[in-house]
Amino acid sequence: MMPRTLFEKVWDAHVVHQFAEGPALLYVDLQLVHEVTSPQAFEGLRQAGRRVRRPDLTVATVDHNVPTGDRASPIADPVAARQLDALAGNAREFGIELFDLRSPQQGIVHVIGPELGLTQPGMVIVCGDSHTATHGAFGALALGIGTSEVEHVLATQCLVWSKPRTMEARVTGRLARGVTAKDLILALIGRIGTAGAAGHVIEYAGDAIRALSMEARMTVCNMSIEAGARAGMIAPDETTFAYLAGRPRAPRGAAWARAVERWRQLRTDSGATYDRRVELDAAAVAPHVTWGTTPGMVAAVTDRVPDPADCASEAERQAVARALEYMGLAPGTPLAGLPIDRVFLGSCTNARIEDLRAAAGAVRGRRVAAGVRAMVVPGSQQVKAQAEREGLDRVFREAGFEWRNAGCSMCLGMNADVLQSGERCASTSNRNFEGRQGRGGRTHLMSPPMAAAAAVAGRLVDVRDWELATL
Amino acid sequence: MNEPFLRHTGRVAALPRADVDTDQIIPKQFLKRVERSGFGPALFHDWRFRPDGNLNLDFELNRPAAQGASILLTGANFGCGSSREHAVWALREYGFRAIVAPSFADIFFANCCQNGVVPARLLEQEVAELFRRHAAAGGDYRLTVDLEQQRVSDGLGFSTAFALEPYRREMLLRGLDEIGRTLLVADRIEAYERGREAL
Ligand code: SF4
Repeated sequence: MMPRTLFEKVWDAHVVHQFAEGPALLYVDLQLVHEVTSPQAFEGLRQAGRRVRRPDLTVATVDHNVPTGDRASPIADPVAARQLDALAGNAREFGIELFDLRSPQQGIVHVIGPELGLTQPGMVIVCGDSHTATHGAFGALALGIGTSEVEHVLATQCLVWSKPRTMEARVTGRLARGVTAKDLILALIGRIGTAGAAGHVIEYAGDAIRALSMEARMTVCNMSIEAGARAGMIAPDETTFAYLAGRPRAPRGAAWARAVERWRQLRTDSGATYDRRVELDAAAVAPHVTWGTTPGMVAAVTDRVPDPADCASEAERQAVARALEYMGLAPGTPLAGLPIDRVFLGSCTNARIEDLRAAAGAVRGRRVAAGVRAMVVPGSQQVKAQAEREGLDRVFREAGFEWRNAGCSMCLGMNADVLQSGERCASTSNRNFEGRQGRGGRTHLMSPPMAAAAAVAGRLVDVRDWELATL
Repeated sequence: MNEPFLRHTGRVAALPRADVDTDQIIPKQFLKRVERSGFGPALFHDWRFRPDGNLNLDFELNRPAAQGASILLTGANFGCGSSREHAVWALREYGFRAIVAPSFADIFFANCCQNGVVPARLLEQEVAELFRRHAAAGGDYRLTVDLEQQRVSDGLGFSTAFALEPYRREMLLRGLDEIGRTLLVADRIEAYERGREAL
């Protein structure tokens, strides 16, 4: 048999039909559904008199537009409430399990899938959300889809997809203290660009990836889309199995042993080839911070904001000049020292328990700088509960952070958590597009310890210069 | 069911920027609707309108020559970021039938094909040439996107081919419903499911 990559193994195992005109019909093992990209899909089913083919392989939660304040009071925004009601109604009508605002398991869709053990190696997983790539950390082929595709998967349990090309991102060496998976992926995006992996599925490999926890692997895979890839994958190993063992929806007993045996086959055979390869030395990666309005506009915190005059092409010059104007930055400004107004610790990229621990390590015994408003929005209610058991909520509260309920919150600002125009924010999320966190808001993406340190200092700092408490 | 797309001639609006993300195409505050319609007025909202609600006359789509445009000419990696299909619904409802660019983000490209909007990928230098012609004509410029022939032309000497996978092309040409098409092979899905239960 031809040697195959991890991606090819998962792809081959899911081809239901090959259309003569190009794409394949792929079987989907799990579809995750949320309130914003699903109502039109369910409405489409209703209008066509179709049902959900496999409600048992479909799970819904609410995350994008939910308030993160007090859960006891009714939702203030009637339009958001209507969207939540629509999902509840659709879940009931079509027989789909829903983790709603009352559920202790509610949270960001890409946090709760792994946490519940729904996400498993070798699966094809889809969701109407581009950060579905997160689940690839388990060796699943996980990708974001549009609403018409959501409807298609609901109706047929299959996705039409043309076989993408493959890219290996090999990361070797050891991360320095204070440098995280977030810095790795930002450095990679900075290197290959925001469309660098378009049309590809990335497989992350190398000893630096092997050394990462599941949380950190999820951070890496999560931002595959910011490099242009619809999916990113990491071959499952002992770290993966240890994370999944005993999770509520993971297999148990004899089924567990059989599953692990199967999952062990899910790695790229020696001799298998990729369409493209890139390499990165983890030891050379410094903490990274974005300075512009795409995730590719990123630099080491020790660097300066670029000068449009130094750009290679006219188009690039214009893009950089435009970004600097929006960000309110002069060319050549050092990133370290940049004063900030807001801090957001949250999102499907960096709001898991390990992220909160790392951030708390930079905060313990310190206080948020005067004039800075900082908030922690855990990725799920379970992460929140875990953090509270560990006393992290106290560390944050005593330092002056707001401690919220789970949701997407200021990652996209669909609820009340938004930046005011001109406010500068240190954020652990994944997108620094114009207006992403609020119209006129200025987002700098970075790791949880970097954002936490910025909250305390009131400006961007190099967290490597800091004493970090181990909690 | 979408309107079949064979050939379309229309006025061009030029947006010479790379990496236009779907957060710009349709900002999040408009994503709360549960319908597929009603997004057109919010297209490029934060670029089209100033914070006080007045039209931003500097924005390319607000120029007099861009009124009634149905073909969008733009830069590389168009539609990157969020998977929100609302972005395509907004473009379509505003009046765009085709988008011409050097490249598109993967999810956005698929979303276009689902909604009868033709994403035509041309070479970087061809797009640059179209921007030049658009500017030289003072913005009063028309293109024809011919999906049957897979060509983009201006009737003034510019004509070039573009590639599109036969599956997507046929879907657009005939305005096909993808679910209906997949259900034609429902027996394959059943066979696949039986095969896995047997495992
Ligand atoms: S946290 Fe942000 S990126 Fe993640 S699913 Fe929510 S809105 Fe999308």
